[in-house]
Amino acid sequence: MVEKAADATARATPTSVAHRVRGLSDRAIAWLFIAPTITLLLAINIFPLIWAIYLSFTNYRANRPNAPVQNVGLSNYERVLTDPDIWQAMQATAHFVFWTILLQTVIGFTLAYLIDRKFRGHAFWTTLILIPMMLSPAVVGNFWRFLYEPQIGLFAYAVSLVTGIPTADIQMLGNVSLAPWAIIIVDTWMWTPYVMLICLAGLRSIPDYIYEAAEVDRASAWRQFWSITVPMALPFIMLAVLFRGIENFKMFDMVTLLTGGGPGSITEVASITLKRAAFESWATGRASAFAIVLFVAVFGLANIYVKALNKVKQR
Amino acid sequence: MSSVTSAHSVVEPSPTSKRIAGAIVMLYALITLIPLAWIFLTSIKSPPDSISYPPKVVFTPTLEGYCNLLTTRTRQTPEYIASLPAPTSTCDEVTRKRNMVIAGPSNFLPRFANSLVIAFGSTFLAVSLGTLAAYGFSRFRVPLAEDLLFFILSTRMMPPIAVAIPIYLMYRELGLSDTALGMILLYTAVNVSLAVWLLKGFINEIPREYEEAAMIDGYTRLQAFWKVVLPQATTGIAATAIFCLIFAWNEYAFAALLTSGEAQTAPPFIPTIIGEGGQDWPAVAAGTTIFLIPILVFTILLRKQLLRGITFGAVRK
Repeated sequence: MVEKAADATARATPTSVAHRVRGLSDRAIAWLFIAPTITLLLAINIFPLIWAIYLSFTNYRANRPNAPVQNVGLSNYERVLTDPDIWQAMQATAHFVFWTILLQTVIGFTLAYLIDRKFRGHAFWTTLILIPMMLSPAVVGNFWRFLYEPQIGLFAYAVSLVTGIPTADIQMLGNVSLAPWAIIIVDTWMWTPYVMLICLAGLRSIPDYIYEAAEVDRASAWRQFWSITVPMALPFIMLAVLFRGIENFKMFDMVTLLTGGGPGSITEVASITLKRAAFESWATGRASAFAIVLFVAVFGLANIYVKALNKVKQR
Repeated sequence: MSSVTSAHSVVEPSPTSKRIAGAIVMLYALITLIPLAWIFLTSIKSPPDSISYPPKVVFTPTLEGYCNLLTTRTRQTPEYIASLPAPTSTCDEVTRKRNMVIAGPSNFLPRFANSLVIAFGSTFLAVSLGTLAAYGFSRFRVPLAEDLLFFILSTRMMPPIAVAIPIYLMYRELGLSDTALGMILLYTAVNVSLAVWLLKGFINEIPREYEEAAMIDGYTRLQAFWKVVLPQATTGIAATAIFCLIFAWNEYAFAALLTSGEAQTAPPFIPTIIGEGGQDWPAVAAGTTIFLIPILVFTILLRKQLLRGITFGAVRK
C-alpha cells in the first residue's frame, strides 16, 4: 500500500523538479537533512544558553524589563558560590541523588537477576513492573501527597499496620527527618524499573558459553555471580547510574509537587532553589549564574564518569 | 538484539529457583501497582469515603469525582435546589445531593486537549526532523559529525529550569509565551536530540546496499530514502515516537513556568483542582486516571518497541 502510494508520488513528481532533485549532490542532501535540526537546536537551546551566560554577568531582573542593565562582572558567581542556601540545596540534591541511585541500583539489579531466571510469565510481569516509569512524575507525585497524608493516607496506614507506630507520627511530608525519604521512596518506586531494564539488557548480553565454561570448571554459583555476572554487567549498571544521576540532579517536578522543597528547605533540591531565584525573587542575573554553575557541574561530572565507564568497558 | 532472547541453554536455572524468583518479582510488581490501583479507586469514591480512616476498600462507587473534575459548581440553598426541574444527568444528581448546582464546564477538557495537541505535534516534528538528521549523519560524511552528535545529546543535560529562564525571556519578546506553538517548538527541541541519537542507531542497521540497489534502478537519493529506508526504519521510528510522546505528555517544569492559561497542559492543571476546604481528591484522582490511561494503553500495546528502545539507547551510548 505505502509502496504504491510512494510510487505514484514519485511518478507524479514533475520532471523539472525531479531533475533539480536528482541534481542535488549527496553533500547538499546531507546538509538539507541535518540543517533543520541544527537550526532548531541553535534557536531553542544554544541561543538561550548564550543569552543566559550573558545575563549571568548582569543585574537584569525579568520583572523589570525596562530598568537599565548593568554589567556586574563575576559578582553573581561569587554570590552563588558563597550562598549558604545554595550549598544547602546542593547537599539536599546530593542526599537525594545518592540514595535514589543506591536503592534503585540494588533493587533494579536484583529484579533483573530474578527476571533473568526466566520463570513462566516473566515477560508479562516485566511489563507490569515498567508501568510506574511511564507515568508523569508531576501528576503521580501529586497523588503521592494523598497517599502520604498521616490521618487518611494509605502509606501511613500500611506502615502503622506493620510497625504499630501510630499514624499521627508518620508525617512523611511534614517531618524534617522523614521528608527527604518521602521523595526518595517515590523516585525509587518510579525509576527502579528503568535501572532494572538496563541491567536486564546487561545480563542478557553475557554469552552462555562463559557460564558453560564456568560449569565445566565447577565454579560455584556464588563464584560465577561475582566473577562473571557482576563484572560483565557492570558497564550497563554504570550506564543506568549515569542516566539516573543526570536525571535526578535535575529533579524538579516530582519534588515540587510532593514537598515543594519543605518542610523548611530540607528537600529543596537545586532546581527548586533555581526556580525560586529565577521566577519568585526574579533575580534573573543571579539565577542565570546558578544555572550555568549547575550545567557545568552536570556536564563536568558526566564527562569524568563517561571516561571511567569507557575504562571499565575496555577491561 | 538476538542476544536478548537467547536462553541459557546448558545453565538453565533449576525449577525451584525459577519459582522463588517468580514469586519475588510478582510480589514486587503487585506492591508497586498499589498506588496506581489506589488512584483509580479514589476516583470512584465519594469525597467522604476518600478521606475516611481506616482507608476504605469496600465502598459504593460513584461518578462524583469525574463530575467534579469536569464541572464547576456553586453552592445553593436546599429550597432553591428543590424548586429546580428534575435533574437531567447523573452529574446533576450527585451535585445536587451536596446542595450545589453545576455552573459550567471546568478547564479540564481544554487542558487535556492542549496536552494532546502539544504532545502529538511536538512528537511528529521531533521524529520527522530526527529521522532526516539521523539519515544525514548515518549515510554521509558530515564534517565534525561526532562533535555535532555529542553537542546534540549534551543539550539534554541542562536542568529544565536553567533552560526555562532564557526561553521565558525569549518567548516573552516573540509573543510565544503561553502558546501551543511555543510549547510544541520547545518540546521538539528537547526531544529531537534523543530522536536523532536513537534513529541514527536504527538507520545504521539498515544495509546501505538496499538504497544503492534502488539508486542503480533509477531512483534518486530522495526517492530511495522515502521508499527504501523509511519503510525499513518503521520499527525504530515507532519506538522513538513513543519516547518523544511520553516525554511531552508527562512534562511539567516547562509547562508550569511557560504556560498559565490558554496553552496550559494537564500536568500543571491537575494539582490545582481544589474543592471546598482543600484538595478534592476524588476529582484529582479522576483527572489523574484520565491522564494516565493513554500512556498505560501505549505501554501495554507497544511494550516490545519500548523495551527495544530503552535497551537500545542504553547499549549504544
